[in-house]
Amino acid sequence: MAEILVLVDHVDGDVKKVTLELLTLANRLGEASAVWVGGGYDGAKDKLAEYGAQKVYVGSDEELTSYVVAPKAALLAQLVQDKAPAAVLVGATAEGKEIAGRLAVKIGSGVLTDVVDVADGFVAEHSIFGGGVIAHAKVNTGTPVIAVRPNSVPAEAAPASPAEEQVSVALSDADKAAKIVEKVVEEKGERPDLTEAAIVVSGGRGVGKDGFSIIEGLADSLGAAVGASRAATDAGWYPHQFQVGQTGKTVSPQLYVAVGISGAIQHRAGMQTSKTIIAINKDPEAPIFELVDFGVVGDLFQVAPQLTEEIIKRK
Amino acid sequence: MNIVVLVKQVPDTESPRKLKSDDSTLDRAAADGVINELDEYAIEEALRIKEAQGGEVTVLTMGPDKATDSIRKALAMGADKAVHLVDDALAGSDALQTSYAITQVLGRTGFDLVILGSESTDARTGVLAAMLAERLGVPQLSLANKVEIDGSAIKVQRITDYGFDRVEASLPAVVSVVEKINEPRYPSFKGIMAAKKKPVETLGAADAGLDAGQIGLANAATAVVDFAEAPPRAQGQIVTDEGDGGAKIAEFLASKKFV
Ligand SMILES: Cc1cc2nc3c(=O)[nH]c(=O)nc-3n(C[C@H](O)[C@H](O)[C@H](O)COP(=O)(O)OP(=O)(O)OC[C@H]3O[C@@H](n4cnc5c(N)ncnc54)[C@H](O)[C@@H]3O)c2cc1C
Ligand SMILES: Cc1cc2nc3c(=O)[nH]c(=O)nc-3n(C[C@H](O)[C@H](O)[C@H](O)COP(=O)(O)OP(=O)(O)OC[C@H]3O[C@@H](n4cnc5c(N)ncnc54)[C@H](O)[C@@H]3O)c2cc1C
Repeated sequence: MAEILVLVDHVDGDVKKVTLELLTLANRLGEASAVWVGGGYDGAKDKLAEYGAQKVYVGSDEELTSYVVAPKAALLAQLVQDKAPAAVLVGATAEGKEIAGRLAVKIGSGVLTDVVDVADGFVAEHSIFGGGVIAHAKVNTGTPVIAVRPNSVPAEAAPASPAEEQVSVALSDADKAAKIVEKVVEEKGERPDLTEAAIVVSGGRGVGKDGFSIIEGLADSLGAAVGASRAATDAGWYPHQFQVGQTGKTVSPQLYVAVGISGAIQHRAGMQTSKTIIAINKDPEAPIFELVDFGVVGDLFQVAPQLTEEIIKRK
Repeated sequence: MNIVVLVKQVPDTESPRKLKSDDSTLDRAAADGVINELDEYAIEEALRIKEAQGGEVTVLTMGPDKATDSIRKALAMGADKAVHLVDDALAGSDALQTSYAITQVLGRTGFDLVILGSESTDARTGVLAAMLAERLGVPQLSLANKVEIDGSAIKVQRITDYGFDRVEASLPAVVSVVEKINEPRYPSFKGIMAAKKKPVETLGAADAGLDAGQIGLANAATAVVDFAEAPPRAQGQIVTDEGDGGAKIAEFLASKKFV
């Protein structure tokens, strides 16, 4: 079976769900080999084994995470050369896509981004124009580099006992040209990760400066992640990494609840492939209502707390 | 400082966007063309850096004839001149090829700083900044929401999944911007008039020294196999709150097994 490289997405050893999804996908297409970059591997190895990594390449040199993107692409490029895998999969996050792009140039391959599924022969399904068009595409030059959107393929446990191999790469000066001097982690709290969550509750301008506690209360009743529109992040009501939309995160949960959000095109670009969509907005003409499965025209300060209460009652 | 801003013309996101049935490429005639929104932030940042440091801002666009409108708008905002790479042979180029073509043109213009949007609204690949930095062998300062330049030292704040990174490098460099970085100016009447007289150099593929085997649909490293419109979302149910709106949503959620 052909080997397929999966770049592990993690923050200090905390493995992102998209990685498990990619391992599942890779094992459907061939044999999944995880590529670990950075520290914290020991705490994560069981997780990778549980989700079917047949092999793990561990690159733990500190240099690999001290510079923007290029070292990760360099390590992957070397593995492509040494191991001749059938394809490389990365998560289609902002950084994942950049790694894919640099890797593609390094190895002279085509790259496909924002892929939602991959079939035999590495034919990739894309959801484009905000979900309006489904396109299939393939790479016809080099080893396919494919960036897969989080929450597109369900992760399935498939326990394996992967062999481990330590790997390193000699970085060029160009790979070390953009030095990360500080990583600032903004608290995410106990809620699920925005791009991974099955349910997302987002608040917008209508929520106001003091209203985000209502959004958090509703989210917690559903076990959901909290998101925000740009109006809310720009106003400083919620940190920017929770922004959903074209320049924020693209989410594709089972359920998306938009509260006090008008549904501007840039917001929709980040959420309109959600399976079920609900909105609360006092303006019946708000464009968000064009997308909903269920909508309530009304004051969010009445409707949202009542909803939270009803959900808690039903538990 | 020699600043080059990359500007892509994209179909207006408010108008219907389609792929063409004959070659599966973007139907650029079907929709109004506008400057990719994030590129306006890139132009603004370039102008601010020029205003602070002195220098010249050049707009670089690869795209069909009609992209001239977007170039004029960028010039009206205050850019000094433009280079328009336009050739039918470029049609259908993928990201790998586009980065090749732009790199070649940057070899002609030279640069201290290349500034671009972090993602386009049509293709949304978000790979160009990384590809250009790799090809040019210069620092990749992408996803920036803050840029500071002091002599040849450049610092950016790069947004990440978990917050942000502080990144340092030396010029020349490639910078891609997110919308938090600034608020783009509107072209003034004076700017619009002045733009008409600013120089726009039009280059064909051969003028730019492009290898014909590395550009265009036929030589692309990726290919669209087929495409279809996604089934439209079913019309949802919308109710007006009469004191029980929250309870109604809860009922709906229960019917869908979310609670
Ligand atoms: C380059 C660029 C990138 C962008 N990227 C993003 C992005 O990533 N994400 C994003 O979200 N936006 C993005 N935007 C901004 C986008 O265009 C909108 O401005 C933004 O989404 C509006 O946020 P909003 O819906 O919260 O606010 P508004 O559009 O002001 O809507 C507020 C809504 O709340 C409703 N409301 C008010 N009070 C109440 C109440 N008491 N009860 C119920 N409803 C109420 C109103 O009826 C209204 O519909 C981007 C814009 C640009 C130019
Ligand atoms: C729906 C769709 C999906 C596509 N998917 C893929 C894919 O998966 N893989 C692939 O290789 N190609 C793909 N393409 C082709 C892709 O559009 C072009 O190669 C494009 O030139 C680069 O991609 P982008 O606009 O997404 O770049 P991005 O990296 O998203 O753009 C970032 C910035 O680069 C600059 N820029 C981009 N293009 C130009 C230009 N022509 N002139 C000047 N500046 C520019 C702009 O400043 C822009 O803000 C797709 C095209 C479409 C229409």
